[in-house]
Amino acid sequence: MRKLWQSMNKKSSLLSGPYLIWSIGFIIIPLFIVLFEAFTGENGQFTLQYVADITWFVNLKSLGLSLVFSLISTAVCLLLAYPLAMILAEFGKGRSSITVLVFILPMWMNSLLRTIAWQNLLERHGVINGFLSALHLPSLYIINKPPAIVLGMVYDFLPFMVLPIYNAISRIDRDVINAARDLGANGIKTLFSVIWPMSLPGVISGITMVFVPSLTTFVISDILGGGKILLIGNIIEQMFTQDSDWHAGSGLSIVLMIFIVISMIIEEKYDAAPSTGTKKERRKK
Amino acid sequence: MPVKLIDLQHITKRYDDNTVLDDFSLYIRENEFVTLLGPSGCGKTTTLRIIGGFERPDSGTVLFQGKDITDLPPNKRELNTVFQKYALFPHMTIADNIAFGLRIHKKSNDYIKDKISYALKLVNLEGYENRMPDSLSGGQQQRIAIARAIVNEPKVLLLDEPLGALDLKLRQDMQYELIRLKNELGITFVYVTHDQEEALTMSDTIVVMNQGYIQQIGTPTDIYNEPQNAFVADFIVSGIMIRDKLVEILGARFDCVDTGFGENRPVDVVIRPEDIDLVKPEEGTIEGVVTDVIFKGVHYEMCVMSNGFEWIVHSTDCFPVDTHVGIHVDPFDIQIMHKPESEDEKAVAVDE
Repeated sequence: MRKLWQSMNKKSSLLSGPYLIWSIGFIIIPLFIVLFEAFTGENGQFTLQYVADITWFVNLKSLGLSLVFSLISTAVCLLLAYPLAMILAEFGKGRSSITVLVFILPMWMNSLLRTIAWQNLLERHGVINGFLSALHLPSLYIINKPPAIVLGMVYDFLPFMVLPIYNAISRIDRDVINAARDLGANGIKTLFSVIWPMSLPGVISGITMVFVPSLTTFVISDILGGGKILLIGNIIEQMFTQDSDWHAGSGLSIVLMIFIVISMIIEEKYDAAPSTGTKKERRKK
Repeated sequence: MPVKLIDLQHITKRYDDNTVLDDFSLYIRENEFVTLLGPSGCGKTTTLRIIGGFERPDSGTVLFQGKDITDLPPNKRELNTVFQKYALFPHMTIADNIAFGLRIHKKSNDYIKDKISYALKLVNLEGYENRMPDSLSGGQQQRIAIARAIVNEPKVLLLDEPLGALDLKLRQDMQYELIRLKNELGITFVYVTHDQEEALTMSDTIVVMNQGYIQQIGTPTDIYNEPQNAFVADFIVSGIMIRDKLVEILGARFDCVDTGFGENRPVDVVIRPEDIDLVKPEEGTIEGVVTDVIFKGVHYEMCVMSNGFEWIVHSTDCFPVDTHVGIHVDPFDIQIMHKPESEDEKAVAVDE
């Protein structure tokens, strides 16, 4: 037994070595530093004070804003991405995936650049308003306001919603959809009773991949919010950079992490939902 | 004469440059079990999908009870399909799968419940209501797919190689089950397969297809006795028609009854395993050595090597391995066919 373990260990440790070093050095140790900083005071004593800082009005408000913004942008992303993913899955059949590439292309650009580009577009005397005034239309003033931030989030994170949904939909057997049509379902009924439930795993991972970065972003709110709207990400960033208060920053980071974990647990539940109904039956087999 | 239920008129279907169906016409009568038989790529599945409404023909008309349904979407057609890979809804229980069509047609809950238990009984899967499709074996899933289709009481059931993924024993069981269903329900069956035996077992009418056109239509008996193409390739040997009523196979000359092939023409010769008589070496037309014997229950299946060709022989008499035998075939048991002309057709024949 021990011999087996040793021989297995030798092989697998050799292969997983780099990954192990990576995750210890860049994930586990930093995580412990954050945990340590969050729960210790200036003199190294244990304290819950920094975690409890979340109850300050400013912090609570920014956490609330972050939740609202990221929920809205996730919902908008889902509404935009689902039809798009369906079109892509339809197009991709037998053809080159150039159409997919077109939609993924913006991802290759630095997200900071993309956000700054939006800043230029939306500015008071920016490109869009230049157009609008040339057409004698009323100007659009959303820069430094919540809609600009949500817009930035949607634009930046949309591909992360499209891709998993596209994958899920294109994996659905064409004949399963045909079967629904064959049994009398029209297009809408087929969408809601077959395509949507079968693509749920993709939807769930899309939601995670949009919701989490939206909740934690500080760059988008910084650039498109003009520093006037503070999200929880901005607060944490300021604590680390401006105040150099690692304890306070870590404390709030932990709170944010808890929120992310909770949201993932909820999503996990929904992900498993469609097939839980007959778990008992399955075990019988 | 029974009514034409489905009437395909001059159907042509192309995918890019590839013509799958070329001016294809076929009608199907009520209560008929029609099998479309042919090698892969012969257009049989496309024909089925055009009837089902999943493909639109480039030209031609599909009539259903005299009405033009060419442009009607599948959900408006009074027929149901059993797909090759079952295509059950993986996120629904068996009961929900079967009820899918009924719920769309707004049937009452009591009616749906009755129908589910009736259908499950019909396919011998009572008590499976709450199982998920992926917990069922392939054969069970296929039976559920059939149950899901027939509860809607379609006029026509389209089946696309429904038994292709099953093992032999299960396939045979399912064949009997399908025949039973057909007799019990009085539904018209349109069945697609590349399996000759399956077609012969179940059909009222067999449509032999090749490269998008019909090669032969007939009853199983017609098709078996007078095959007009190489789909019986298992029993085919190349020969040369010396003159009328005389064919040369493997260097030996056999009397036959066919005429009109010309002189010294290459032909394909079909001799069925059960039509070959094994006799004493000096009494046969050609000599050979038994290389293999398998007991098949009713008969023995023997392989006889002769001039480098392996004959398959079915006989109730057993000749042990290494026996020298003579091969004799009665003239009327030899079926002569024209050789396929193009290389393409040859490839298709080999494929089968």
